[in-house]
Amino acid sequence: MNGSSVKFVPEPERYEFTAGPMHHFEIARRDFFKFLGAGIAVFVVAKDSFAKQETAPTKGFHPEELPQDISSWLHVGEDGKVTAFTGKVEIGQNIRTSLAQTVADELRVPFEAVTMVTADTALTPFDFGTVGSRSMPTMSPQLRRVASSARDLLVGAAAKEWNVAAEGLTAANGKVTDPASGRSLSYGELARGKTLAQNLPAEDPVTPPDQWTIAGKPIPKKDARSFVTGQHRYTPDIRRPGMLYGKVRRPPSFGATLTSYDAKAAQAMSGVTVVRDGDFVGAAASNERDASKALEAIHTEWKEIPQSSSKELFSDLKKNASAKSDERSRKTKGSVEEGLAAAAHRLDATYTVAFIAHAPLEPRAAVAEWSDGKLTVWTGSQRPFAVRDELADVFHVAESNVRVIVPDTGSAYGGKHTGDAALEAARLARAAGRPVQVVWTREEEFTWAYFRPAGVMEIKSGIAGDGTLTAWEFHNYNSGMSAIDMPYTVPNQHIQFHATQCPLRSGSYRGLAATANFFARESHMDELAHAAQMDSLEFRFKNLSDPRLRAVFEAAAKSFGWPRKKTQDGQGFGIAGGSEKGGYVATCVEVEVDRTSGAVRVVKMTTAFECGAIVNPDGLRHQVIGANIQGLGGALFEAIEFENGRITNPRFSRYRVPRFRDVPEIEAVLLNRKDLPSAGAGETPIMAVAPAIGNAIFQATGTRLRALPMVPNGLPSAKA
Amino acid sequence: MAKPIELEINSKRYQVQCDPETPLLSALRDELGLTGTKYGCGEGQCGACTVLIGGAPRRSCQISVSAAAAKPITTIEGLEKDGHLHPVQQAFLDAGAFQCAYCTSGMILSSVGLLSTNPNPTSAEIVQSLQGNICRCGTQPRIVDAVQQAAKSMQGHGR
Repeated sequence: MNGSSVKFVPEPERYEFTAGPMHHFEIARRDFFKFLGAGIAVFVVAKDSFAKQETAPTKGFHPEELPQDISSWLHVGEDGKVTAFTGKVEIGQNIRTSLAQTVADELRVPFEAVTMVTADTALTPFDFGTVGSRSMPTMSPQLRRVASSARDLLVGAAAKEWNVAAEGLTAANGKVTDPASGRSLSYGELARGKTLAQNLPAEDPVTPPDQWTIAGKPIPKKDARSFVTGQHRYTPDIRRPGMLYGKVRRPPSFGATLTSYDAKAAQAMSGVTVVRDGDFVGAAASNERDASKALEAIHTEWKEIPQSSSKELFSDLKKNASAKSDERSRKTKGSVEEGLAAAAHRLDATYTVAFIAHAPLEPRAAVAEWSDGKLTVWTGSQRPFAVRDELADVFHVAESNVRVIVPDTGSAYGGKHTGDAALEAARLARAAGRPVQVVWTREEEFTWAYFRPAGVMEIKSGIAGDGTLTAWEFHNYNSGMSAIDMPYTVPNQHIQFHATQCPLRSGSYRGLAATANFFARESHMDELAHAAQMDSLEFRFKNLSDPRLRAVFEAAAKSFGWPRKKTQDGQGFGIAGGSEKGGYVATCVEVEVDRTSGAVRVVKMTTAFECGAIVNPDGLRHQVIGANIQGLGGALFEAIEFENGRITNPRFSRYRVPRFRDVPEIEAVLLNRKDLPSAGAGETPIMAVAPAIGNAIFQATGTRLRALPMVPNGLPSAKA
Repeated sequence: MAKPIELEINSKRYQVQCDPETPLLSALRDELGLTGTKYGCGEGQCGACTVLIGGAPRRSCQISVSAAAAKPITTIEGLEKDGHLHPVQQAFLDAGAFQCAYCTSGMILSSVGLLSTNPNPTSAEIVQSLQGNICRCGTQPRIVDAVQQAAKSMQGHGR
């Protein structure tokens, strides 16, 4: 719908889930008004509910039904209250707030008048998922068009009421006013007694960012009070009448199969439901302790399979790489061989990244309730519609009989794409005939969720005497293709992703493989800058033509004071940057290395970020600073260790995440490009953190660290 | 059936009918419906389950109901008085010191505990005292600001 935005195609990313089929929506139009009361409603229709930048088709409504490919809608009630519906999920990224701002801005109502209904498969339109930094670039323009269309309807209703031309009327602050006569009618008055609905006209102009009044402002989180008072109910806080607490017997190792099962003792316990279904073994009882006791009383034996360990991880990833590669996973331009031959300096280096865990503080959880063959599930998932389909599939019920509701969730970071807890709760609830809640323990969360894939990156490069890149060969084993492309100008390139046998269940993680690919590339660029005896930023500029990337590098450097001179021993400065998912990022870091203990402390980080027009600078600052802090963990010390199909550090006492003392002074420099559409911001700000730190450690110590995490136990080489 | 155990929570008396070794966290959440206190790790490492026992911050996943019965307990639900937020809650709200907010109850109670013994902490003291509380969203800088703001406002109001 916006000519300047690029159609989004799910990247050929091994670990990103691909779009599912389109689904029917069951509520008929008359039911919609029954549900919300009379008023004015607008629906946006799009051909493809995942990639909706295209102009909506001009097909009309079937008289009684909503279109099956509807993607968002909005209702203005007789009380003037506005309700907007989206399948997106609130997971701490404050999308509820920024989308409400967008609606209020376009409809010309106060922010407080807008309620966002999110992520309920019975009420909200189909949505692929809250993934890939897509909420802002796809949902925000759609809601704007819906709101703008509703505004036109209201203006039209007023024009009819007063028998004047609509063109002369103005809409502001929830009212339509006729400047000629001074009379006005509130939106509530205009909606009264009406059940007016329309789908979106083909092209309705929306308010450009330089005229935004509510969007663009640092509006605080919606419903913020309920979070500081403990009143908000996350999935684990939901209590249903007669609800039981469920526990699941996990296999001793990944891939183990159940060979022997005896639940007589557990079944003899009063008030306990025991379920065995294939390799699934679980118990439910009226409290968690009884459920755990019942589970302990079940005797199980398992057949285990031999598995690799984290010690051989990187050699295994290379050894087990597929010999086949398809067209989509490699790119060649010019001749790397010739580029290398012409180079004054050549460099070969290998970089690795470990498996890491999302460790959302709210673990995976679900409450499932069956009633008359219909299933309702509350669960913290980024993909409620996918969970609904999975439940329908597994339990052989129609999708229309499954409702998945996602309460605002205690974070996800790409880790909550699946519906595991939902399936477990639903299985137990069906057997118990009562609602069942399953909340994973931290150990389950660290073991049975999925991980950011580990990877190996190999780079061969060459530069001319003046620092111009002549050749770039980049191979990524296993972690993925996000940001695998070279943002710098190189005439001779070969870039390739290698699929390989991955020893652990892996999936999306904030930024996908971009963190790995940024780490390899930006560390390597730093190594090349040193080889060319150039300043690291100057070397980048020499090879950079993208003005948006240059602008964030300049902004970060200016604010940080790059290049800075060392004032003490053990001090070092690093810079890194790049672009992904429509966002541009550059990070400068100052580190301090204690040469006696080997301890590395990040003292300061400055991250410049640009994602087009800023919708909520306060929320954006949260995302940028939060991503920087989360990025510290994977850069410095986070790593999942495993052996024989078991995670050996599945606890916060064994798996170190960033804590208060690890947090440096952080500055977020936000570049507001009102002339560009808003891109997402949840992922890209994490990407330059690790290489900037690594480059700073090199400057401080002369030691080049090519493996993430870089200093899980301090810097050995610094210990003399 | 075990004897009921009496607890004083948020100035109210409750009786819980559970195994005395049940973690206080489970009793609060599952027996009494006080779900503002969160489970995060079950090993006292994340601080999400922090409550005040006798005014001091404690991990409710690490203390049994019977051990908690001796002293008054304060949970996040007990901080608001007559519709007025506690200054620490208000400061978190004003600073926007949360993203997903799952850690917020624990952060607020840990901070209330800190300010009761150290009404004017330096930022280093706040960092030290919140070291056992995990925020995965990366809101630590604003949390430190919020605690400092709360300290100021509590001194101003003599609370």
